[in-house]
Amino acid sequence: MTHSNDPRGASRRDFFKISASAAAVAPVVASTALHAQPEQKPDPFAPVEVDLVVNGQRRRMALDARTTLLDALRRHAGLTGAKKGCDHGQCGACTVHVGGKRTLSCLTLAVMVREPVTTIEGLAATDGALHPMQQAFIDHDAFQCGYCTPGQIMSAVACVKEGHAGSADEIREYMSGNLCRCAAYPHIVTAIQQAKTQMEG
Amino acid sequence: MRPFIYTRADDVSAAVQAAAETSGSAPANAAPVQFIAGGTTILDLMKLDTMRPERLVDINGLQSALGSIQATDKGLRLGALVRMSQAAEDPQIQRDYPVIAQSLQLAASAQLRNMASLGGNVLQRTRCQYFRNTSWPACNKRDPGSGCAALDGVNRKHAVLGVGDKCIAEYPGDFAPALAALGAVVTITGPNGSRAIPFEQLHRGPDQPERETTLAPGELITGFDIPAGPYTRRSLYVKVRDRQSYEFGLATAAVALHLVDGKVEEARIGLGGVAYRPWRSHEAEAALQGKPLDENSAEAAAQAAFAEAAPRRDNAYKVELGRRTLVRALLEAGRMEI
Ligand SMILES: Cc1cc2nc3c(=O)[nH]c(=O)nc-3n(C[C@H](O)[C@H](O)[C@H](O)COP(=O)(O)OP(=O)(O)OC[C@H]3O[C@@H](n4cnc5c(N)ncnc54)[C@H](O)[C@@H]3O)c2cc1C
Ligand code: SF4
Ligand code: FES
Ligand code: FES
Repeated sequence: MTHSNDPRGASRRDFFKISASAAAVAPVVASTALHAQPEQKPDPFAPVEVDLVVNGQRRRMALDARTTLLDALRRHAGLTGAKKGCDHGQCGACTVHVGGKRTLSCLTLAVMVREPVTTIEGLAATDGALHPMQQAFIDHDAFQCGYCTPGQIMSAVACVKEGHAGSADEIREYMSGNLCRCAAYPHIVTAIQQAKTQMEG
Repeated sequence: MRPFIYTRADDVSAAVQAAAETSGSAPANAAPVQFIAGGTTILDLMKLDTMRPERLVDINGLQSALGSIQATDKGLRLGALVRMSQAAEDPQIQRDYPVIAQSLQLAASAQLRNMASLGGNVLQRTRCQYFRNTSWPACNKRDPGSGCAALDGVNRKHAVLGVGDKCIAEYPGDFAPALAALGAVVTITGPNGSRAIPFEQLHRGPDQPERETTLAPGELITGFDIPAGPYTRRSLYVKVRDRQSYEFGLATAAVALHLVDGKVEEARIGLGGVAYRPWRSHEAEAALQGKPLDENSAEAAAQAAFAEAAPRRDNAYKVELGRRTLVRALLEAGRMEI
């Protein structure tokens, strides 16, 4: 998917062309060149180029192809806001936005990400003012240990933007992908209702 | 997770070519080269070491070819890279094919529905814990000939219909029973060209549990064609599960009815959570044919649907639950205002 507002523009493709010939980084585009030289067995351990835009900032890294977006953010970009709960798509603690859509970063390979990523660290305004959803979670005591909270908040922002916060029942249904071991659910629902008014107002 | 080579395909033929590269007799679901779309099944199972592909071919670059929804008076065309959320929230699908929209809407979570593709969805693997967890040595699906730990193990969530003595795993998905009910056709492109088969012929029975589908390695699902019919508007999906949301179904029913003066002119019935593969109950459909739709006829249809059920120690409840789920679905569909 090419987006005209992609800050990486065409240079991203150029990079792959160049990197394909460099020994250090494995080529990732299925090309005829690959088929023409079957004797050159590609090395699965060779790092691949990961080219992310996270919270408006471009982050290029050479990583093992197995690296998930969650591990790329936490271990390589130093953004530890997104949490690892289950690492299997079952809890929602790792929720971030990719191309504006809420996504589980634990079941996403970093090398596959083509669209801008927003994490909890990118939610507040540049002057430090909290996003209405962050403020609402504080106002309503919508957490105890806080481990699930970054995922809850990222999911909640998307829930409102998708138009799925019309009633408490609808919020519960569309937030069901975010588990809270402390069971702060009732306050989470109230917080989302408050933030919705502000986000839409 | 074991290391793999990652490649990205920019068009259908490149994808098929890249996936067909390795030879061997492995079934498509265990072939060394696997496509990756949303990744929500395959990465989960690679982390568990249940799937061990040597190469992943990323097909998300085929979005423009395989990512669209088209509704005409002939029917509904869903590209394989349409995301679950996209189809679930499409107003035309909600109106004209509610069973399709609901089966997707009631599945997984908002995040997973944003990520998961329809092609990957129908190929999701069983949730049988002995299959997923490689510390259990006996699983014919994972390791042919090793036995089946579920036969006499904890089998509360396992299937009661279409099972064999080698495997009783449940097919867990919600969308597939809806496709089966509506008589969908799957379009496929492979190394030897393109073909189209009835959706009911995509998944295999339990005689060789390790071989789940009739796809050959390298064959790419390009989409689904759902024929229009007088029953698609009066259709719905009922899902019964252990918790209200974000959970697989224990028993589900996909139902579509064409009623004339209260009588069943045509019924389409799919079942989920209870069967080895996406299940269409031709028996229940036949039992309803020409009958007035009421509690008696719905009950008779449910009896017919589960007549061949073969429960094990912990899942006998699924026979009764499955029947009641189907009865409820039929009566609710009968009451729909269309
Ligand atoms: C916690 C959790 C809860 C879930 N709950 C539900 C639920 O309630 N109901 C439900 O129905 N599902 C549920 N799912 C399953 C989910 O819907 C599937 O994982 C998802 O639909 C798979 O799609 P994908 O695009 O991510 O597939 P991938 O993981 O990318 O691919 C799956 C398999 O299909 C192959 N493949 C993918 N696309 C194609 C294609 N076009 N042609 C040929 N082969 C292809 C891949 O090679 C791979 O082997 C749940 C999953 C999780 C993790
Ligand atoms: S039911 Fe099937 S998948 Fe589960 S252990 Fe038995 S053979 Fe394996
Ligand atoms: S860590 Fe991703 S869903 Fe649990
Ligand atoms: S606040 Fe502790 S898990 Fe949610």
